[in-house]
Amino acid sequence: MAGEPAKTGNHGGIARAPAAGERIADRLFRGGTRVLTWLVVLLSAYIVWEIGGSALPAIREYGLGFLIGTEWDPNAGKFGVLPQIWGTVYSSFLALLMAGTVGLVIAIFLTQGFLPAKLETAFRSIVELLAAVPSVVYGLWGIHVVIPLLRPAADWLHAELGWVPFFGTTLSGPGMFPAALVLAIMVLPTVAAISQDALRAVPHKMREAVYGMGATRWQAILKVIVPAASSSIFGAMVLGLGRALGETMALAMLVGNSNQITLSLFSPANTLAASLALNFPEAGVVEAGALMYAALVLLAITLIVNVIGASIVARSTRRLEGQA
Amino acid sequence: MAIAENLVTTAFAKDAVLDCRLDRLHYGSFQAVRDSHIPVHKGRITGFIGPSGCGKSSVLRCFNRTNDLIPGFSFDGQVLFEGSDIYAADIDPVAIRRFIGMVFQQPNPFAMSIFDNVAFGLKINRYKGDVAARVEEALRQAALWDEVKDKLKRSGLSLSGGQQQRLCIARAIATSPTVLLMDEPCSALDPIATQRIEELMLELKERYTIALVTHNMQQARRVADNTAFMGVDIAGGRRTGYLVEFGSTDQVFEDPREALTREYLRGKFS
Amino acid sequence: MSVAPGPSAFDRAAITRSWRRRHTLTSSLLTVFTWLVALLACVPLFSVLYMLVVKGGARLSLAVFTELPPVAFEPGGGFGNAIVGTGVMVGIAALLAVPAGILIAVYLAEFGRASRIARIARFCIKTLTGMPSILAGVFAYAAVVLVTGGYSAPAGGVALALLMLPTVVLTAEESLRMVPQPMREAAYGIGCTPTQAVLRVVLPTAAPGALTGIMLAVARASGETAPLLFTALFSDYWINQLGTIELMEPTASLAVLIYNYSGMPFENQIELAWAASLVLVILVMLANGAGRLLGRNRTGH
Repeated sequence: MAGEPAKTGNHGGIARAPAAGERIADRLFRGGTRVLTWLVVLLSAYIVWEIGGSALPAIREYGLGFLIGTEWDPNAGKFGVLPQIWGTVYSSFLALLMAGTVGLVIAIFLTQGFLPAKLETAFRSIVELLAAVPSVVYGLWGIHVVIPLLRPAADWLHAELGWVPFFGTTLSGPGMFPAALVLAIMVLPTVAAISQDALRAVPHKMREAVYGMGATRWQAILKVIVPAASSSIFGAMVLGLGRALGETMALAMLVGNSNQITLSLFSPANTLAASLALNFPEAGVVEAGALMYAALVLLAITLIVNVIGASIVARSTRRLEGQA
Repeated sequence: MAIAENLVTTAFAKDAVLDCRLDRLHYGSFQAVRDSHIPVHKGRITGFIGPSGCGKSSVLRCFNRTNDLIPGFSFDGQVLFEGSDIYAADIDPVAIRRFIGMVFQQPNPFAMSIFDNVAFGLKINRYKGDVAARVEEALRQAALWDEVKDKLKRSGLSLSGGQQQRLCIARAIATSPTVLLMDEPCSALDPIATQRIEELMLELKERYTIALVTHNMQQARRVADNTAFMGVDIAGGRRTGYLVEFGSTDQVFEDPREALTREYLRGKFS
Repeated sequence: MSVAPGPSAFDRAAITRSWRRRHTLTSSLLTVFTWLVALLACVPLFSVLYMLVVKGGARLSLAVFTELPPVAFEPGGGFGNAIVGTGVMVGIAALLAVPAGILIAVYLAEFGRASRIARIARFCIKTLTGMPSILAGVFAYAAVVLVTGGYSAPAGGVALALLMLPTVVLTAEESLRMVPQPMREAAYGIGCTPTQAVLRVVLPTAAPGALTGIMLAVARASGETAPLLFTALFSDYWINQLGTIELMEPTASLAVLIYNYSGMPFENQIELAWAASLVLVILVMLANGAGRLLGRNRTGH
């Protein structure tokens, strides 16, 4: 290259050190991402602080008696959430009982060679689509399809087997069972997906070994493959439980907003999330405070369940992969 | 030569407990093995050797229909077990695998205790006798008993690689299958563990019929009574394996009939 | 069990298929049971879709997109304002959650991968994923509605953003991690600053994956109801009144409209709820499908 070297380069080439602007932009960008990451941590703390702070007056007022009180009467200033806690736990376990069974069977169905690969993918999409339907639409469907469909069967069960606590009442409209059934449908994709991952993580050589022994497909599945994946599957159930505990709309629309503690599947009940959704918009200052306390209780329960579920899944996946 | 070979094979086939008459083996549209007629004799060890890609493992996996688990697998020919074709429509592959056990390349214990691993086959066969005694016997035969007798409740996965493989052998022989298939059982093991397994095979020969695939020719020389040498055609980047020659191990190693076998043994290719 | 059977004592019946063998029978029964359960699991989805098409499709017309919600006994009407409201609030949420989410993902996957703050942030975000959506509403109520003094579209947007953020961060981080290391090394090797390497090489490569996450988050947010109940509330009017856009007023959304109308005793409102559900599900599925399509192209690559 003739003449004097280009101003920006050494050795007459194009290369040059990064300009001051580039260095500053680099610092700013990297700093910016770091600050945002800090912010998301602060935001999480702020959420807890904000909900906790709003609940504080109610916590001072009602103390731990709030958790075991059974009455919710804004006019009398009495607030207790035991029926809501009971309803939350009962509906979630019912839902998990249904979704867990069906989800595990579907996971087996989709991972153990019952279908050709293409049909497997198609079927998997159908199950995943269940998760894409908004919960308010499930609520609408529950009110206008599920409840009318269940009612004759429920009333027959009550008439014939009314002495069994589960069938102690008729299904007059909204109630625990339709709510739990719809909840189960909503939790199903979560449970099915994580269980599928768990079953797929079982090393192929272990499958070969068990079939090589002359086990039938179901002996292989039930005695070796599912047990090997069992802790991840258990984690899937716990995560499904976490989802069910916090689900709001389907329950608000189907469970009946009635604060009572009963085993009856057809009786109306209430849950923490549903009672927030149903009562918050019209709550006065005092009741809003009590609802904030209820929100804090819900936050604590779901937080604990989710952290436990996630750590079970993470640990058991690591273990299976470690041995593979 | 082909005729001579067939005569030899037929003569051998007379008292074979397992007689493989493989014509073609496909995975999807890919032909993996062709024309391999190999008998496996009662109470002897039959070794399968050959260069990698010659399909020796594929052939072995036909013997108890483990290949059925692979999508796209198809098989032309017959495998006669005690005179019955195991690929016949009325044969239950699950039952076949109970009579013909298998030990795989990688040790693959189940995620359960050592005891339960060995007892597994007894359970699925609804064994009515003394399970604990049978488990102990199998572990003794697999030369593992002394090392694990105090920790039978520990997970099978907690053992070392060589121990895991012996556990898998114990698991396979606990039900005293008629034939034991071993697919490169030492390939994942160190030399000391390998030597133990080889000694074990020689002991097991007293009670079981063994078919052994190995990439280690010295191993075949040391333990096999009969040897099948397989070769491979490479056409258009696709490898199709076939039987080159079959005979007693001494004959195959010392006086091979085929030039290809001779070249292979001399180490021209591996 | 006897030791290996003697020569020629072998009974062929031992290896033939037989229905009398217990394992064959149990196996078949279990397989039939599995098929039944799998087919049963399809029933709800098809029932929902059937109802949406039949009930919602019957009511679908141009009017539902252009008219305002009817009052109690009024016939006709629509939910044009709710479609606009949902769009505005999801838009606000995306505006808040997407840029922040991507930048956080960049920090987690690139600059601060193993740092302590990254680990803590990852834990917080995973925890946020599991937070019940109603609590996002409670938070936005306390932090926005009470502060600004009223129900509004931004309050709803903040609540939705809180639900979108974890999905955006986690999928973007995942796709950034899938960018092969040699590509990063090539960028540094040519003299890029870390920022240039990320913005010009790594992020564009990871873009389809991150977009999948964004679309899935948008799909989820569009269908959310609980967080809007006491942040945006509902409105029977258009968001732009007398030529000005009234962001700081209660705002309608499809989801809340469905909720409000679902329990009403009036046939007209229930029909509208079904029609709104159909529109909402179509919107959600479109966003979902777009996300999946992007995801598939990435994996097919």
